[in-house]
Amino acid sequence: MSCAQTFSDYAFRSLGYGERLLPKTDITFCEQVVLIGSGMIWNVYFGVLAIIFGFIFATALAFARVNGGAVLRWPADIFVFVFRGSPLFIQFFFAYELFVQIPRMGFEWDLGFMVLSAQTSWLTKAWLGALVVLFLNTSAYSAEIFTGALRAVPKGDVEAANAFGMNGRTKFRRIVFPTMLRLAWPSYSNEAIFLFHSTALIFFSGFPAWRRKGDGLYYANYFAENTFNPFVAYPIVAVYFILLTLLIVGFFGLVNKRLNKHIPDAPKVKFRFATVIGR
Amino acid sequence: MFEICADPRSLEGLTWLSCYLTTPKHSAMYFSILTVLGMLLAVVPPILMLGFAGALARRSKIAPIRWFGLGYTSIVRGVPDIVFFLFFPIALDQAVEYIRHKIKCSDVLEPIYQGNDFVVCQAAKMPLGTSDQFYHEAWGFSLAVITFAIVFGAFTANTLHGALNAVPKGQLETARAFGMSERQTFWRVHMPQMWVYALPGLSNLWMILIKATPLLFLLGVKDIVYWAKELGSMKTQVYAYAHPDWRVWYFLALLVFYLFLTWISQRVFDRIFARASRGMAVAT
Repeated sequence: MSCAQTFSDYAFRSLGYGERLLPKTDITFCEQVVLIGSGMIWNVYFGVLAIIFGFIFATALAFARVNGGAVLRWPADIFVFVFRGSPLFIQFFFAYELFVQIPRMGFEWDLGFMVLSAQTSWLTKAWLGALVVLFLNTSAYSAEIFTGALRAVPKGDVEAANAFGMNGRTKFRRIVFPTMLRLAWPSYSNEAIFLFHSTALIFFSGFPAWRRKGDGLYYANYFAENTFNPFVAYPIVAVYFILLTLLIVGFFGLVNKRLNKHIPDAPKVKFRFATVIGR
Repeated sequence: MFEICADPRSLEGLTWLSCYLTTPKHSAMYFSILTVLGMLLAVVPPILMLGFAGALARRSKIAPIRWFGLGYTSIVRGVPDIVFFLFFPIALDQAVEYIRHKIKCSDVLEPIYQGNDFVVCQAAKMPLGTSDQFYHEAWGFSLAVITFAIVFGAFTANTLHGALNAVPKGQLETARAFGMSERQTFWRVHMPQMWVYALPGLSNLWMILIKATPLLFLLGVKDIVYWAKELGSMKTQVYAYAHPDWRVWYFLALLVFYLFLTWISQRVFDRIFARASRGMAVAT
C-alpha cells in the first residue's frame, strides 16, 4: 500500500472518517506518521478551545480576586486553589465518574430561528467532558498568572486614567486590561504550551477513546504495544509536539510584539519555562 | 479486622462502613499512599544529581558536553511528560533485556526483533520469570523512579542553571580577589548562594512532582489511582461488601489527599524561604 493511499485512508481516522480498522500487522512507518498525525487533530482541538474559553474565564477570575468584594474573591480563590493544587490526571478521573452519574437528560433551547439541543450524556464523551475539565484547569492556572499581572499594573497609569476622566469601562479597556496582558504574556505563553502538552493525558485518564478515535499519544501507544517497539512511535509523537510547541511560541511571540509595540526597547520575548511546567 | 465484621451482610450504617473501610484491600490502598510518599522521597536524590549534572553540562567549556546538556533539557521540556512516562519504562526494559540477551545467550542466533515481537531468551528476562512477585514489583518501581528522575532532572537542570547565573558577578569577583581558586570559588561562594535563587524554582518543581505521582498508575505500579478504580467499581451481591459504583467518591478522596499534600508543602516552603533569605540581598 502506498503512502498516499495510507494518507487518504487514515488522515482523518481520529474523527471517524476513512478506514475503520487500524493496521494490525506489518505496520509501516508511514502508517504510524499518518495515524499519529491524525490523532494530533484532537490535541489541537482541545488546546485551542480550552485556551480561548479559559482566557475569558481567567480574566474574569483575576478581576474577581483583585477587585471583587469578599463575595466574589472567596469563590475565585477556592476555585484556583482546588484546580492548581490537585493533579489534572485525578481531575479527569473524578470529572468522568461525576459526569457518568449525571442522569441522562436532553435540553432544548428555542432561539427563534433555530433550535439548539444538548444532552447531558455528551459530558461523558471526551470531546465535551475532557474539554470542560481542561477549560476549568487552564482557567485556574491562567487566573493565577493574570492576578499577579493585575497587581503589578502601575498605580500611576491608573491614576493618570482617572485624571483624564475615564470612566470605569474605558479605563479597563484602554489601560488596565492591555497592561495586564502585556505583563502576563510571557508566563501565559508558557501556560499555553503546557496546556497543549496536557491534552495528551485525556485518553489515558477516565475518558475512553470511543471507537478508537484517540489523540496522537493514544495512537502512538497503540503502535508501541502492537509492535513492541517504542523507539519509533513515541519519537514521532514527540516530534509532532515539538512542532506544535514551536508554532505556539511563534504565535505568542507575534502577539507579544504587538502588545509591546509602544514600549521603547521592548524586552525580547523571554519564555521562562520554569514557571509552570506541568500539572 | 474486627470480630463484628465476620458477617458483613448483616451489618448496617456506620458499623458497615467501618468494617468496609478496614478490609484487607482497603489496607492495601492505605499502604499505597506510602508507595506514593516513598516514591517522592526516592526520586529526589537522583533528580538533584541529574539536575546538577545537566546544569554543569550546560556551563561546560567543552562544546559537545554543552550541546548535550542543552539538548537534554530542551527536548524534555518540549515534549509532554506523559510521552516520556510511556516511553522510558518500555525502552529501558528492552535495553536491559537486550544487553542481557547479548551476554547470556550469545549462542542464540535468531534476531530479537521478529516482526512485531521482541524475543529474548528466558535467562535474559528481567526480572526472571521464575522470580518472586516482589521482584517484579520492585523492578517496575525502579523503572518508574528512573523515568521520573530523567524527566524531572531536566527541569531541575534548567532551574539550577538559571540560579547559577543569578548569583551576582561581584560576589565571584570578590572571591577571586581574595585569591580563591576556581574550585574554591565554586564550592564556597557560588554554590551556597545559588540555593537561594534556586529555591522558588525547586519548590515549584516539587509541587509539579507531587502532581505527577498519579502517573505511576500508567507505569503499572499499583498506586492509589489503581486501588481507587479497583475498589470503587460496582460490587454485586457476590462480594461481601456490595455497593454501587463509588469511584466518584474514591477519586474525590484522592483529590482531597493531593490538595492536602500540596497545601502542606506550600506552608513548609514558605518557612524555608523565610529562613533561606535571611542575610541575603534578595528582592522578594
